[in-house]
Amino acid sequence: MVDTEQTDAPSEPQGRHVTYCGVCTLPPEYCEYGGTVKKCQDWLQKAHRPLYDRIWSPEALEAATASLSVEAQKRAAKDAQKKAAQAEKAEQKQADRMANSVITIKRVERNKRKFVTAVSGLEAFGLDLKKVAKEFGKKFATGSSVTKVPSGGEEIVVQGDVSDEIEEFLLEKYKDIPEDNIELVDDKKKKGAAAG
Amino acid sequence: MFKKELPTVPKSKLKSSVQRSLRQSLLTTYPLLNRYIDEILPKKGSLEAMKLPDRYTLYVLDSQPLFFQIDTDTLLPHLKLVHRFPAGFPSIRIDRGAIRFVLSGATLMAPGLTSAGGRLPSGAGGDEGMDEEERWTRELEKGEPVVVRAEGKMEACAVGLLVEGTKEVKEKGKGPVIEEAHYLGDGLWKLSTD
Repeated sequence: MVDTEQTDAPSEPQGRHVTYCGVCTLPPEYCEYGGTVKKCQDWLQKAHRPLYDRIWSPEALEAATASLSVEAQKRAAKDAQKKAAQAEKAEQKQADRMANSVITIKRVERNKRKFVTAVSGLEAFGLDLKKVAKEFGKKFATGSSVTKVPSGGEEIVVQGDVSDEIEEFLLEKYKDIPEDNIELVDDKKKKGAAAG
Repeated sequence: MFKKELPTVPKSKLKSSVQRSLRQSLLTTYPLLNRYIDEILPKKGSLEAMKLPDRYTLYVLDSQPLFFQIDTDTLLPHLKLVHRFPAGFPSIRIDRGAIRFVLSGATLMAPGLTSAGGRLPSGAGGDEGMDEEERWTRELEKGEPVVVRAEGKMEACAVGLLVEGTKEVKEKGKGPVIEEAHYLGDGLWKLSTD
């Protein structure tokens, strides 16, 4: 009985398990082409020391560059630099945009004591409006939808006055939204005032 | 093929009959996978399909991407599958200088294969596989799917269909070899399959 078990176990050849970089998702060997080389190196050093030593050791790097002509090396280096700069710039831009953009939570009076809450500016934080709208609806048990704004762009309209709750919810759920970037606005639109 | 980011699309379960026929066509396209097929596509597992733009379909098993195809054309392996079973697919090797072009989605041109660092099939015949020089032992035909490895790297970097047989590539030594490929870091690679 024991014999059969032993022969059965290794009959299936196992697929290899490949480690992927936690920063650029490529196999670590290809990190140098990913544009975020520095970060990838740091990550690999922390997460998989043996792999890091194998790929980024001086000998390995020398072997890698030896086969290319000097000119080709230069070109490759220039290209890599450009790519890295590009990636950095994009990241910077994203961070800038996040720091500068404001989420506006607007309480709109619909009918004396009835309100709707309009949230705009979420897309700057890389959130999917449709999904967030669904979340709001679930959380507050109200209608919540994505509507187009006349000035272009989209906003989420939630039924009922939930402006304070939305602020709290956003801060708790999406940690990368700074509190200062959320603005609460009370929009009392009286028919007479709006016309005049 | 997937230079742009792909939108996330819902997954749908496949009928077991469809799954069976897929398994069959997979084995006809890649006979070398015969040894691994039960690991790739267990008979019990439920395969899921993701409909991507431009009539591409990606087959996913337990959040692991396996294969993709246009309509019902040739099945192409996802690179993550190639990394798991590198011996199951015919491959060619490009030299180091070509890697950065391939990884930015350029057409793979013949000089990247014919140079000292590149490896085209030897055409020696015999058992299909890799010889000691890392050359595939069978000449590949036009239109065949092929995995692209890179000089000095262990893992494959791209997958595509040959637009020129490897024999002709050797004779001509120029022109495109693989026009549109699935490569590391493209939209399909980055697509989340959870």
